[in-house]
Amino acid sequence: MFVGEGPIFQQLAAKIADDIVGGTYAEETAVPSATDFAVFHQVNPATASKGVNMLVELGVLYKKRGIGMFVATGARDLLLRQRREEFRAQYMRPLLREASVLDIPASELHSMIDDEEQDLA
Amino acid sequence: MSNAITIRSMSRSFGRSAALDDITLTVPEGSICGLLGRNGAGKTTIMSILAGQDRPSSGTAEVFGERPFENESILSRISFVRDNQKYPDNYRVHHVLRIAPEFAPNWNAQVAAELVDGFRIPLKTPIKKFSRGQLSAIAIVLGLASRAPLTLLDEPYLGLDVTARALFHDMLLRDYTAHPRTVVLSTHLIEESEALFDHVLIIDRGQVRVACASDETADLAFTVSGSVDAVKLVTADRATLLSHTVGPLRSATISGAVDDDLRSLARTHGVTIAPATLQELVAAFGADTPRPELLTKGARA
Repeated sequence: MFVGEGPIFQQLAAKIADDIVGGTYAEETAVPSATDFAVFHQVNPATASKGVNMLVELGVLYKKRGIGMFVATGARDLLLRQRREEFRAQYMRPLLREASVLDIPASELHSMIDDEEQDLA
Repeated sequence: MSNAITIRSMSRSFGRSAALDDITLTVPEGSICGLLGRNGAGKTTIMSILAGQDRPSSGTAEVFGERPFENESILSRISFVRDNQKYPDNYRVHHVLRIAPEFAPNWNAQVAAELVDGFRIPLKTPIKKFSRGQLSAIAIVLGLASRAPLTLLDEPYLGLDVTARALFHDMLLRDYTAHPRTVVLSTHLIEESEALFDHVLIIDRGQVRVACASDETADLAFTVSGSVDAVKLVTADRATLLSHTVGPLRSATISGAVDDDLRSLARTHGVTIAPATLQELVAAFGADTPRPELLTKGARA
């Protein structure tokens, strides 16, 4: 069930996009139909279609007549490029805003990022 | 797309009290429409009239282009189970399942059987001894298995356990996609059901307050929260639907869409703006007009 920010069709499109980036749906393989998504997530079928169509318009999914919806070649790259563009607004700016509220100087922020990176490695 | 339901200037009064006061609305064919509003708002009265069990005092209600009252061809295309549906004293489930197809030409016994089983409806207990949840379950069986072109579900969730509610959603969506129809569903469990709707009607005091596609509701109202003074300043010339103050904090639900002026004003004064959820919208339209501060404190019932 969707309870987050934004209209449900956008949330559904974001979820499918996440699963393409994450490798759940490989390129040139079928994704579930809008109806399947509607039943699985318990959302209105028209809403689910709207979410799927959003990805069709982006060129991430395409329709094979009579067979179903497929992930387009290059879809993953397309989504990654788009998400990199959003990275600054979605992650960098809130990070810097919070750091400034907490009086964390830039030098400390840089070393924190380095530390986290080492932990992840 | 043509409309399944067309209501024009319809009123219904009982004695001196107006249950419905000059309502006009349409519901497109093939939609799953949420009918929302407080107790006594007029939801069941609308459904009763649509189902031909009552007549408007004035104005008209049409289903598939015809008035339903004593109109057999239209009534056979409508399924309506009241939330307080009565059954004959000796009736058990099998009696209901045997008689239901007489009233529902599209009756599907398999859908009925699957739901009876999934809801764990007791077969041997007389229906008059059913619990609230079991009565709701049998109403859902009748509503969905009828596959009626217009299905009216009045408070289908009352007393239903969480597993049964999920089963209901699942069956509704599966059967609806295979056999599209128009569904009108009234409920107070808004957060749980809102994803099902493509249309939303909010009724209060017998009047239509909101009638739109469900992805348009985000533009109808928003909440502003922060310190009392800042919120009052930011919302000064706006229509406040509902407000709530605790100590130094205030949250107000404001009608309308958020614009850039408001966003920059909010940033300057450090208040948070968020789109109102459907639940907040229904609560706001059901609230009485804000009165002086002291009285509004408890208004968020």
